Order: sequence, then structure tokens, then C-alpha cells
Amino acid sequence: MALDNESQNQKRNFKVVGTRVQRPDGIDKVTGKARFGADMSAPGMLVGRVLRSPHAHAQIKSIDTSEAEALAGVRAVVTRADFAVIEDDEFTADTLDNCMAGEKALYDGHAVAAVAASSTAIAKKALKLIKVDYEVLPNVTDVDAAMALDAPVLHEGRANETVPAGMSSNVVARHEFGHGDIEAGLAQADRVLERTYRTAATHQGYIEPHACLATMGPDGQADLWCCTQGHYFVRDLCAAILGMKQGQLRVTASEIGGGFGGKTTVFLEPVALALSKKSGRPVKMVMSRSEVLRASGPTASSSIDVRIGMTKDGKITAGFAELRYQGGAYPGSPVEFGAMSAFAPYDLEHVKTVGWDVVSNRPRQAAYRAPGAPMAAYAVESAVDELAKGFGLDPLEVRLKNAAREGTKASYGPTFPAIGLEATLQAAKDHPHWAAPLGENQGRGVACGFWFNFGGNTCVSMSITPDGTVTVSEGNPDIGGSRASMSMMAAEELGISYDRVRTIIADTGSLGMNDVTDGSRVTFAVGLATIKAARAAKAEMCKRAAQVWGIDEDAVIWEDGAAKPAGPNAGEFPPMSLAEIAAIASNTGGPISGHHEVNAEGAGVSFATHMVDTETDPETGAVKILRYTVFQDAGKAVHPDYVEGQFQGGAVQGIGWALNEEYVYGDDGVLQNPIFLDYRVPVASDLPMIDTVILEIPNPGHPYGVRGVGETSIVPPLAAVANAVSESAGVRMTELPMSPPKVLAAMKSK
Amino acid sequence: MRYEAPTTIDDAVRLLTDGSGDRRILAGGTDLLVRMRSDMADPDVIVDIKGIEGFRDITREDGGWRVGAAVSGAEMGEHEALVAAWPGVVEATNLIGSTQVQGRATMAGNLCNASPAADSVPAMVAAGAVARVVGPDGTRDIPVEDIPTGPGRLSLTQGDIIASIFLPDPGAGSSSDAYLRFIPRTEMDIAVVGVGVALTLDDSGTCVAARVGLGAVAPTVLVVEEAANALIGTKVDDAALDAVAAACSAAANPIDDKRGTVEFRVEVSGVLARRAAAIAKTRAGGAA
Repeated sequence: MALDNESQNQKRNFKVVGTRVQRPDGIDKVTGKARFGADMSAPGMLVGRVLRSPHAHAQIKSIDTSEAEALAGVRAVVTRADFAVIEDDEFTADTLDNCMAGEKALYDGHAVAAVAASSTAIAKKALKLIKVDYEVLPNVTDVDAAMALDAPVLHEGRANETVPAGMSSNVVARHEFGHGDIEAGLAQADRVLERTYRTAATHQGYIEPHACLATMGPDGQADLWCCTQGHYFVRDLCAAILGMKQGQLRVTASEIGGGFGGKTTVFLEPVALALSKKSGRPVKMVMSRSEVLRASGPTASSSIDVRIGMTKDGKITAGFAELRYQGGAYPGSPVEFGAMSAFAPYDLEHVKTVGWDVVSNRPRQAAYRAPGAPMAAYAVESAVDELAKGFGLDPLEVRLKNAAREGTKASYGPTFPAIGLEATLQAAKDHPHWAAPLGENQGRGVACGFWFNFGGNTCVSMSITPDGTVTVSEGNPDIGGSRASMSMMAAEELGISYDRVRTIIADTGSLGMNDVTDGSRVTFAVGLATIKAARAAKAEMCKRAAQVWGIDEDAVIWEDGAAKPAGPNAGEFPPMSLAEIAAIASNTGGPISGHHEVNAEGAGVSFATHMVDTETDPETGAVKILRYTVFQDAGKAVHPDYVEGQFQGGAVQGIGWALNEEYVYGDDGVLQNPIFLDYRVPVASDLPMIDTVILEIPNPGHPYGVRGVGETSIVPPLAAVANAVSESAGVRMTELPMSPPKVLAAMKSK
Repeated sequence: MRYEAPTTIDDAVRLLTDGSGDRRILAGGTDLLVRMRSDMADPDVIVDIKGIEGFRDITREDGGWRVGAAVSGAEMGEHEALVAAWPGVVEATNLIGSTQVQGRATMAGNLCNASPAADSVPAMVAAGAVARVVGPDGTRDIPVEDIPTGPGRLSLTQGDIIASIFLPDPGAGSSSDAYLRFIPRTEMDIAVVGVGVALTLDDSGTCVAARVGLGAVAPTVLVVEEAANALIGTKVDDAALDAVAAACSAAANPIDDKRGTVEFRVEVSGVLARRAAAIAKTRAGGAA
């Protein structure tokens, strides 16, 4: 069977892709039938509960669980002693230590023990009977304070070879990117702006708390049902932590009530398995909201110095940023991504970024939508805006003048292929929003953002059923509409209607390894594998038709959902539809399926430009978002509703980060706002409709041109809102969140 | 845990006073149930007062409106005459929580939760509201500002039940009230500052009576007499509003916490007092 080349595919006349079909999970979700993490039960199931450290930093001198174990109804108590010792892998060792503290409790909420009991009431009572002898240690939660030489030290000897001698042991890695000569570039500028920006730690704020159900039998075989963005990764981590073989543990992903990166690791899962192993019973664990906020994986707080030089006509002559991110109690803050992405929207001769990874007494960070990039973009885009406005220049024109484009050597190394940044800037300039008048106390901000996107390990298996419908099995939890998108791409490629395809998320026993649903990878990579699996199925179906017709299989093509002779020379046969081929598959060699396994490359970066109008109450500092428009390159929008939803969701999370969301710690290192009342995500009435403009600059690396869209949308809003507020408040804001007390204080001191 | 739903107030008082253990009153439950779920309360006996005769009634009496202790904010909002008489009290009560919460939450419960940031309390204080308390020592009427004595603390004793809140009719003239709060969001939030203003204008538009309640800036809701005095005898003009703002900022005695700084709360106390007084004036028919 002959295949079209990819560039022709990208220009094809799409029949299904690009339409707004009904989502397959909608009815179950609105009727409450969808099964999320906490919705699975098993006979004889126990309730698991975690005892958490009330201290930000403490030596655990001893844990006495005897009274809890003696309580009627308690079936198991576990502490760190119940887990394997992991010596050869720092990441897995840290993950275990984060799930169950070892020698020290490293943050408020750090798990120190867990119980499994026959009821919630007994489990809660048992936790109170566990006696932990803590020696409380001094704590540090601020990134700059943690870098001070006299700061309390979390771990000794964790700094890698990139960290110069003489720094605090809390500094664990240094990252540097860039090219050119910064000082020479700055010397060409008419103005060099130097600013320090700070951002607070924020949480992904998913509605569904972490939850799982674990069973492990005496034969060592285990099953785990959990709410996750990557059940294969959960399997691998849990197997390593519990000393099991990966094949002995089957993990099934539940429906997911939001993840945004925060469900790309494990918290409860290894603990539930350990409790099940010890009790011999299924164990269910569900976090409370306060546990989620205290002890899951918010993103880093940051402190960033920026130096940018600009000529009076708006040319950026050099850009430098030094970024300090604390990522909680273990190495791995997303500062490397921050340092890589900070200047990505610009074509710069001289650019340099330095990132410092710092540990502090806070929960270990997990990915949060374009991890590390929003803070970096906030700093750089604020400075570019201030320079542009200082020269009286149009901030969109300045960005267009310096925009990265095809052939630009990116600040983080590679040379960009076809990218969509200029298209988003031009669309923003041409949009009525840009020309709309502003009133008193109102301001308008724009900012650009970038995300790398990812491909990764992916498996798709596609079965053609005897009645001619199609089931697609993929291994990535659907966090943003991927079942619809996969069904659409399968239908497109097979030439059948969308309603004949159903996509399911297979468990870890059913497919080869799949990377986590992260890096905006799924529509790209799983989509690519789905298309390739469909092509494999089509090739097989062409072969079956050839067999029936008695002609060479190369003489059969697939068109409009049917096998056809390639031309008059191949013979005269009526087309055989997918359903006709499927119906007789038993007689032509057996069931038909297609599959594809790949470590996908060519993800294709994505750029966005955001535009926002704000109004600031001059007497209270309260900021209102009046209007918001997102312009983003999607490569090819498979299901535009979902693409727009991603644009809107990222903008809204960014608005929350910009205005009110923050982790507030007291001097004691205890989190002061572990509830949604005081951890303020935006509510619907805080927001206008977020308008969206989808640009489609095809990704050369995907058969249909698809780029990931899920993460880029959270990169520009911090800066866009800050730039608008700085205008509407009449004073440059350099610290997030721009909560009313801060805005009012800034306005009063101007 | 035992759940009781008495139908008479005497039974309710007895259930709250007989025997031992932690005995709590349940009206809307929007505070108690949240406390129980977050392990901050573990009562032995819960006494649901919603079934007691008269507790769900809004009644016109001589000299004022009586609102039963189990009347929800939503029910108040649907009572046209009450809304016309006390728009500020009703809007304050209906700022508590979400739509779902407003279907359960009560003014009396909001008062007895004894939060300095309770939304309905500054409005009730401005209205001169009086709580009717029934307990082991009989029945008595207590001004609402005397019920909470500090965060989480009440002047009431075990067995005391607030049966109703009485909103006394203002004196002669044209009266109205208003409540404003500052929150960082637009809803589902807790007051950083809350101000209730009630005032009466005579035929010439001169303010002849006023009360101002200020919340979330001290351990209890404040009655700001200086602010009321700044209004009385004026046409509620800009100078009077400036004086109200200054009086409320001066009266505010807040703390720094995760919800706001001292400086911010002092400033915004004045801003909101000014705005609330202007709204109350307009509602009372005063010239803009």
C-alpha cells in the first residue's frame, strides 16, 4: 500500500480532524457515573490514613506504633522501616523519602507513618496513638534565604558537580544556557534595565484529590487503581520502592479530575501497596484537600534577576537572567526549564541564563503545566514591556522586531524550524482587542510564551471488530480530551465516521511502556502512533482485499474507508469497505488489528501571545480582569473545543498565579493556607470569557501537523497580567501574586 | 455521636444541658459540619433546631421584624418586605459562601460562629439587631454585638439557644442600610474588611440616626460610634463621608495575617465605610 508523504498529509482536506464532535466522556461525567480515583471499591477493603509531620524540619528520633497496632480494627501500620532501602537511584530514593519520611521530616505535612483500619474513625483514632519523637530543627522556606550560607541545611552532599564550592548545601545544581557576549551586547543598548522579580509557589489546584485502591496478594501479584497522569510511571516507581518486578504490578488509571502535571508522580500509591501487603487486604487511600495542598507537589517559588539592553528603536541587544527556584525538600526544581525558556521568543545575538536549583522545607515540587517557564517568562516579559513602554514603543511591535522565527538559534541551543510566534503576534496586532479603547484606571498588557513540547515512548493498539467498528487502546490517561482526539485521528486515517471509533485507556498489562501524560505530548505522540497504527491496519485490510480479489497487495489502495484496486490495470473490483473486510476476517487469516510503538521525536515547539485588560481599584488595589484574548499556534487543532479549552485553562491558571494564589508559610515553616478558602484560585465570577484565536502553523514532525497545546497557554499570562496591572495601577509590579494589599501599597508609595 | 431533632425549645435546652460530653447546636450546619469534616469538632450530641416551632419563620411584630434562628439566607432573600426594610442585612447574609451554602446558612449561626469576619454581623450591628436567647435561665434579649466576645467565644452559656434575631424598626424618617466587604475574589471568600451602615434621613435629607458596624478588623465586630456621629446632623455629603472613613480607619484595630496587612485593613475600612454609607443614603432616598 502506498502512503502519501507527510507534507501532503498536512495539507489534506480533513473530514473529521478539525470538527467539534461530541466528547466520549461527557455523559458519564455530567451524570456522575464516571469513576475517579476514590470511586473504586473492593471486598474487605480497608481505609488507609497517613500521619503527617506538624513540623517543617525535624529529626525523627523514634516512632512508637504499638498502641495503634493494638487498637481493634487496625490491620496494618507502616513506617519507613517497611520499605526497601534504595541505594542506586537518587530520584527513586527521594520519591520514597517523600512518600514516607526516613531520618527527617522535611516539610509541614511530610508523611511519617500510615495505618490501614476497618473504618475511617478507627484509622483516625489509630493515627492519634502513634507516638513520634521529633527533634525540631530550624527551617527555611524562602529561596533566597535558603541560599544564604547560614541557612538551615536540609541535606548534606546533594549538590552536583555544577555547583561551585563555598555555597550553601541547599544549592544542589546550576544550569547555564546562551550564546554571544552579554557585556558587549549590553554596551550597544540605549538603556539597560535591571530588575529583580519574585513569584510565589502555586499549586495546580486540580479538583480531584489524590486517591488509590491497592491490593497485593500473598503471591506478590498486585493491582493498583489510581488517579494519575501516567500509570506506567506509577508502576515503575512503586515496583522500585516496594522491591517488586514491574510485571507483577498492574496499574489501571481512573478518570482524572485534573492533573496539570501534579499527578505525574506518586504520593499515596506506594504506601497503599505497603499497607495492603502487610494487611493482606485491599486498601483505599484518599487525600483531604489540606493534605493535597500541604503534601502533594506544588510548583517552585522563584527569585529572578534580569538585565536586558534595548536600543531606542526597540532592538534587544542582549538578555541575561539569573533564576533561583526552590523546588521543595529534594533536588529537581524546574529551574533548568526556566533558564532554557526565558528568552525563547527572541532572536538574540547575546543571551545568557543561569539557573540555581535550591532545596527548602517545602513539599517536593511536581510538574505544573510548562514547569519552570511561567516564572521565567514573567521576569523577561515584564522587563521587555517596561523597556518598550519607556521608549514609547508599541510592545507588540518590539516583540515582532525581535521575534524568533524559522532559522533563529534559540537561546537554549537548537535552531528553530517553522514556528508560529510571529503569526501569534501579528494576529494579536490585527485583533479588535488591541484597538479597543481603555477607560480610567484600566491598562492593557501583552506577553509571549513558549513551551518545548515532548514526544516520548508511546504504544497504540487498534482492533477492528467483526462488525466493523474500531477500538483504539492507548496508555495515556485522558486529561485534556485525548480519547476524542485519538478517535478522530483514527477515523480520519481509516476514512470512517467518528462514532465508529472508541478509544480506551489500557492498563499497564495491556500495552508496552508509555511515558507520562506530560510535555503536551499526547495529541502529538499518541496521535502519531494512532495514525501509524491505523496505517498498519489499513495495510492489513488491503492485503485481505487483495487476497479475496486474487491480485497483488501492492495493487490495492485505501480510500474513503474502503480497499480499492489501485487502478484499471489492477483489475475491476467493487471497493471493499472496512466493515466488509472485518466481517470475513476469520476466513482471510484471522482478526485484524494495527499497532505502533515508538519513541516519538519532532514534537514541535509552541508559542503564544496573550493580551489582557485590567482595571485597578485605586482605593483598594483590587484588580479586575476585563478582557482576555489568547493567540496560540496549535499546529493543527484536532478538536478545536479542546484546544480552546487548553488555551482558556492555562490563561485562567496564570491569572490566579498572577493575582491571588500563593503558598503562605509562617516563621515556623507551617503552611498557613491549606484550604481553598485561603488558597485563592480564581472563581468563575472573577473572569471574563477568555477569547481564543487558534493559529495553525503545521508541525513538520507530525503527519497532520499537530503541536501540543496544553502547556504554552500558562506561560504568558503572569507577565501579561503584570504588564496590564502595572499600567492600570500606574506603578511597575515586580512581585507575584499582585494581591490587593501589595497593589495598594505599591500605588501609595509611587 | 447522637443526633437529636427536638420540636420544642424546652426539649432543645434540655438536650444541650442534660448529661455530659460535647453537645452542639445544628442550624444550617455550614460551620459545624465543616468543622467535623476537618477534625476540628467531634461532638457527642448534635441538637438540630430546625424543627422547633417558629424557628423557620420571618414574622412581622410590633416594632420590627423577627427572623427565626433557622431561617436561611436564601429564605431571607426571597422575603420581599424584609429585603425592602433591611437590604443591607439581607445582602450581607447572602454573601456567605456559595449559593448552596446560602440555602442553609443562618444569621444566628453566623453570629454564633463568632468569627470577627462574619458577613452578616456588621450589618446586624448597624441595624441594631437584638438576639432573643432562650436557655436554662429563661429568655432574654441581647444586642448582637454583645454575643461574641472574641474569635470563637460567646457570652452565652451551655444550653443557651438563640431563638431569633429581631430587627427593630428605625425611627421616623426614611431609612435604609448597606453592607460592603472586601475580598480578593468576587465570591466564595471571607471578608478582609466588612462594613455595615444603617441610617435614617429626615424630610430635608439630613441624617437623624445612624449606626456603623465594622468587621474583620478587631477580635469582635466593632460598633463605630464616631462614624455614626459623623453622619448624624449632616446631609451625608462628601465631608461627612470623609469623616466616616476617617472614623472607621481610626477604629480599626486589625492584625497582619494571610488575608491582609494591618495597613491595608485600616485603609480599606475607611474606603468601604464611605462607599457603604453612600449606598445606604441613596437607598434611603437621599440626593446623590
